[in-house]
Amino acid sequence: MNGLASAFLAILRRDLVLAFRHRGELANPLLFFLIIVTLYPLGVSPDPELLRRIAPGVIWIAALLAALFSLENLFRSDFDDGSLEQMLLSPRSLALLVIAKVLAHWLVSGLPMLLLAPLLALLLDMPSRAAWTLETTLAIGTPLLSLIGAIGVALTVGLKRGGILLTLLILPLYIPVLIFATNAVAAAGAGMPVEGQLYFLAALLTLALTLAPVAIAAALRISMS
Amino acid sequence: MWTFFHKLASPKHFYRISGKLIPWLGTITVLLFVTGLYFGLFKAPPDYQQGESYRIMFVHVPAAWMSMFIYTFMAVLYAIHLIWNIKLADVMASSSAAMGASFTFLALVTGSLWGKPMWGTWWVWDARLTSELILLFLYLGYIALVSAIDDKRTAARAGGLLILVGVVNIPIIHYSVEWWNTLHQGPTVTKLDKPSIHASMLLPLLLMALAFQCYYFTLVLVRARTELLERERRSAWIKELFG
Repeated sequence: MNGLASAFLAILRRDLVLAFRHRGELANPLLFFLIIVTLYPLGVSPDPELLRRIAPGVIWIAALLAALFSLENLFRSDFDDGSLEQMLLSPRSLALLVIAKVLAHWLVSGLPMLLLAPLLALLLDMPSRAAWTLETTLAIGTPLLSLIGAIGVALTVGLKRGGILLTLLILPLYIPVLIFATNAVAAAGAGMPVEGQLYFLAALLTLALTLAPVAIAAALRISMS
Repeated sequence: MWTFFHKLASPKHFYRISGKLIPWLGTITVLLFVTGLYFGLFKAPPDYQQGESYRIMFVHVPAAWMSMFIYTFMAVLYAIHLIWNIKLADVMASSSAAMGASFTFLALVTGSLWGKPMWGTWWVWDARLTSELILLFLYLGYIALVSAIDDKRTAARAGGLLILVGVVNIPIIHYSVEWWNTLHQGPTVTKLDKPSIHASMLLPLLLMALAFQCYYFTLVLVRARTELLERERRSAWIKELFG
């Protein structure tokens, strides 16, 4: 057990260090997130009334895409330099080691999105209750995006052009998250209770947290065989 | 009993048995289609609300059922493949994907054609329509993944995992009717104790559903045989069979 914990922490630490050594790349998904949201007032209409209505969807779709693009390289460098193989050969449970990788990824991509979201809520003129709900849905939802997305990344890691294929595989699986999260934010904006949707998101997160690591590990074994 | 299944799972015996089965299944399919269409198009009375246009239901509903059935069936086959490593299960599953996608597409198109006179629009973002569209995306994602991987064995395992992950979507499709009850009419057949569909319409519907089912099994056997020949072309039993 102790060995497992130290392996888990070692992977987490290594991935975080690697991420902070490339600070420029760290900011890219965030900029992407920001730019997509900026495009909507330009492309649709700057009318605050309309922006307030579409804000939950706009921010969440931008979050989905940003998560997807940042995920693409989750296993890539490990695949290229062979450390992924070492992880597979390790006597520790691969499913648990994979959680460390996903957690590291979430800390450097999901968490910053969470910090940026209030600013975007401000840009789109969201009422404060909706903005808080947005934060909550992002807090529950972005780990979910990382977990589900990692399955697709693990399946496509061996392929040369995995990127567009990844989008095709993963976006349909993101739809329930999108529905419940945007529904909660819209309900909060309309002054209605949001507990139901939040509990649903939490249930999905619990389900993903228990099942996704197993699927990711299985997918990695398939891709490396 | 078990020896029969063991035999069926070996490619050689499957090839032989399915070869005998296909003509029978094909004949049953044709008969079911003819009687189902006859009862559906000529015998069933026009609907008191929808007039004659409801008859597209006899294609639309079975296609929608098949789209969900095939996905579930593929998931079961892949579970068998993963647990017992039976090659044949994966051959059957990968031969099903294109047909599943076609049925899904058919359900969407006929639904859209039906929606125009009934709801006055080709498409609405109703829960069931949307889930059916998502199902189509899941099929297409599967097909894209499997065709992107060169090695057939790896492709089969990767596709299987994707299907098992996606099968979570099937209950969502089913329960979406209860969750977001919008424009689409609720289920009318599964309420078996007191169905809100008259027997004269239910009979052709069930006949057509059976016809679609048999059609699928006929074609999937044909496709699986072709796939099998391609994959096993170097094995002894094929050389024996074709000299």
